[in-house]
Amino acid sequence: MAKPLLEINGLKKYFDVKGGVFGRKVGEVKAVDDVSFTVMEGEILGIVGESGCGKSTTGKSILRLIEPTEGEVKFDDRDITGLDEDAMRKLRGDMQIIFQDPYASLNPRHTVEKIVGEPLLVHGMTSAGKRKERVKELLEVVGLSEYHASRYPHQFSGGQRQRIGIARALANNPKLIICDEPVSALDVSVQSQILNLMEELREEFNLTYVFIAHDLSVVKHISHRVGVMYLGRMVELTDKDKLYDDPKHPYTQALLSAVPTPDPDEKRERVILEGDVPSPSNPPTGCAFHTRCPQAMDICKEVRPRFEEIEDNHFVACHLYT
Amino acid sequence: MSDIVLELKDLHTHFFTDSGEVPAVDGVSLTVNKGEVVGIVGESGCGKSVTSLSVMQLVPNPPGRIVGGEINFKDENLVNASNKRMKQIRGNEIAMIFQEPMTSLDPLFKIGNQMVEGIRLHEKVSKQEARNRSIELLKLVGIPRADEVIDDYPHQLSGGMRQRVMIAMSMACNPELLIADEPTTALDVTIQAQILDLMRNLNKEKDTAIMLITHDLGVVAEICDRVVVMYAGQVIEEGTTREILKAPNHPYTKGLIRSLPNMKQKEQKLYSIPGTVPKPKMGRIGCRFAPRCEFAFDRCFQEDPALYQLENGRSSRCFLNDKTEGSLTGNGETIVGN
Ligand SMILES: Nc1ncnc2c1ncn2[C@@H]1O[C@H](COP(=O)(O)OP(=O)(O)OP(=O)(O)O)[C@@H](O)[C@H]1O
Ligand SMILES: Nc1ncnc2c1ncn2[C@@H]1O[C@H](COP(=O)(O)OP(=O)(O)OP(=O)(O)O)[C@@H](O)[C@H]1O
Ligand code: SF4
Ligand code: SF4
Ligand SMILES: [Mg+2]
Ligand SMILES: [Mg+2]
Repeated sequence: MAKPLLEINGLKKYFDVKGGVFGRKVGEVKAVDDVSFTVMEGEILGIVGESGCGKSTTGKSILRLIEPTEGEVKFDDRDITGLDEDAMRKLRGDMQIIFQDPYASLNPRHTVEKIVGEPLLVHGMTSAGKRKERVKELLEVVGLSEYHASRYPHQFSGGQRQRIGIARALANNPKLIICDEPVSALDVSVQSQILNLMEELREEFNLTYVFIAHDLSVVKHISHRVGVMYLGRMVELTDKDKLYDDPKHPYTQALLSAVPTPDPDEKRERVILEGDVPSPSNPPTGCAFHTRCPQAMDICKEVRPRFEEIEDNHFVACHLYT
Repeated sequence: MSDIVLELKDLHTHFFTDSGEVPAVDGVSLTVNKGEVVGIVGESGCGKSVTSLSVMQLVPNPPGRIVGGEINFKDENLVNASNKRMKQIRGNEIAMIFQEPMTSLDPLFKIGNQMVEGIRLHEKVSKQEARNRSIELLKLVGIPRADEVIDDYPHQLSGGMRQRVMIAMSMACNPELLIADEPTTALDVTIQAQILDLMRNLNKEKDTAIMLITHDLGVVAEICDRVVVMYAGQVIEEGTTREILKAPNHPYTKGLIRSLPNMKQKEQKLYSIPGTVPKPKMGRIGCRFAPRCEFAFDRCFQEDPALYQLENGRSSRCFLNDKTEGSLTGNGETIVGN
């Protein structure tokens, strides 16, 4: 039996909203609001959800690149929320992240060689020759070449930059990688190459991924289980086949119905979501989705549905199932 | 009367780097007609963004420079346009949504200030009016709590929110041509559908021509009339959306479409085109795709294939369309240009 590598319990991240001439706190953005899930060793957990629902914030809070407001993050059976800077730095050899925005996350003044080689140096590879060799290997693995090593980030295309971020995350053979939109800037052929690579690495090294993405066919392909987030909360979580074949939560149903297909002849019924996207600083009462849910009932406005297991291994937060 | 809004003729944009001259855009010709949505797809790094930056005259110089060709915007060749003229055009007549929002949002200024400034650059309106317009635009692209977000700094927004701020800014001034470089990569499919609707409305109601660069062939199927496929700095195939997606002619396009992950099938391994793009360098001879092409034959390594014109305004840069090769696909007609 696989054991849990990552356990998230009641994770919250609230950002202060400042306003007025004195910049006083006037409210809070509840970016992540009580999220819990577990990822097994060697598992790929996909996370999808509306833009701005808190996926990146969840990812960064797990690595404590931003400090969670509340909640527990257990990695390898150890709560890491209390660890000091030094211990965290050591741990980050095992926990890596591929950032959503490669442009903002790569130091513009460093060459690719330095960017990808840096984590190697931090974690003890002191020989420059060995580092150079490893950087070359990593670049080739993501479909770039040795000649790219001496270039600076701005000299690359968007997709090439994204691959530099991937190479950097892979450098130290981590145990866990939080992948935040890792293939969104890649053409489908390079995307397939990277997805195949991630799968191979998982098989070989028993790597574990949290895979955040908007492309639902990619998420379906790579994940074992998939979680759906809406306005800071997890609303559905189950095996990928169950989620795609039999989505329970009305938001998941709407999401799946909106996937554009590359077949110009295929026309499907789309669930169009009416109403404005609610604000995370003033979330609707009861079920946060009730303002747009086609199936909302009276109770939905008042009572927040609990995130419950309604079938074997199928968790949903919706009053339709209780 | 010509209905062509944008016509690129044999455009060459090169980078002059320490390790030599890089022909990032290597003879690209394409047209975008009035009221048309043209999709541009192709291998990562093949020159799509540099092509669009060339149109806006925003290629960083040095090291980049347009070294040949024409960029005809209506009746004006932008290659010769003055800086002053380009300033008028940018954001006013041609708007662009950049691939990475952080490249064009200033991290030091609030979203609102940047939007207000953008609007006031092109229109004589009061600050308050411009601010109200900005909030309206943010709401239009589905940003919740727009009246708060307008006073946020870019780092306080999610990836998709930043992308939508860019989209809102580009729509502020009713451009004649909208160049959108991967505008929806950071958006979930429901908001993406909403943005595509907005673009479609802009296109239908205001007759705005759209050049849409994207890797998402689902988006292409959804909104594009025509598709241009690029590989290694060149256009290698062109046709209607249906033709390209249903019956690709060029071996690269075929491979691309075969690489799509399918929601219905449960295969473990995805197809990907073998090999990688060779280092772009000057004086290459032969088909750029030859080292990776399963159909390659001797001639492919010795000569540059022309862009063969097929029926219905379709074209493909592959020798298999040359009738004298006893081709598989037939249809090879006249040969034009190179
Ligand atoms: N540093 C910050 N300060 C204030 N608010 C923030 C900050 N970072 C994120 N937020 C807010 O938190 C919410 C969630 O943002 P997050 O980046 O986690 O979304 P996301 O799910 O990753 O979205 P996307 O799919 O668009 O990338 C948003 O409303 C955003 O405005
Ligand atoms: N400043 C620069 N100096 C040198 N080379 C550059 C520079 N900017 C871009 N290039 C090169 O030009 C080529 C084309 O880049 P471009 O950004 O147009 O690709 P793209 O088709 O948009 O790719 P993607 O789909 O990954 O965004 C790439 O090989 C890139 O490495
Ligand atoms: S709880 Fe009610 S409003 Fe929420 S998703 Fe279920 S039916 Fe819709
Ligand atoms: S010209 Fe030759 S190498 Fe190029 S795509 Fe056609 S068959 Fe392949
Ligand atoms: Mg994000
Ligand atoms: Mg690009």
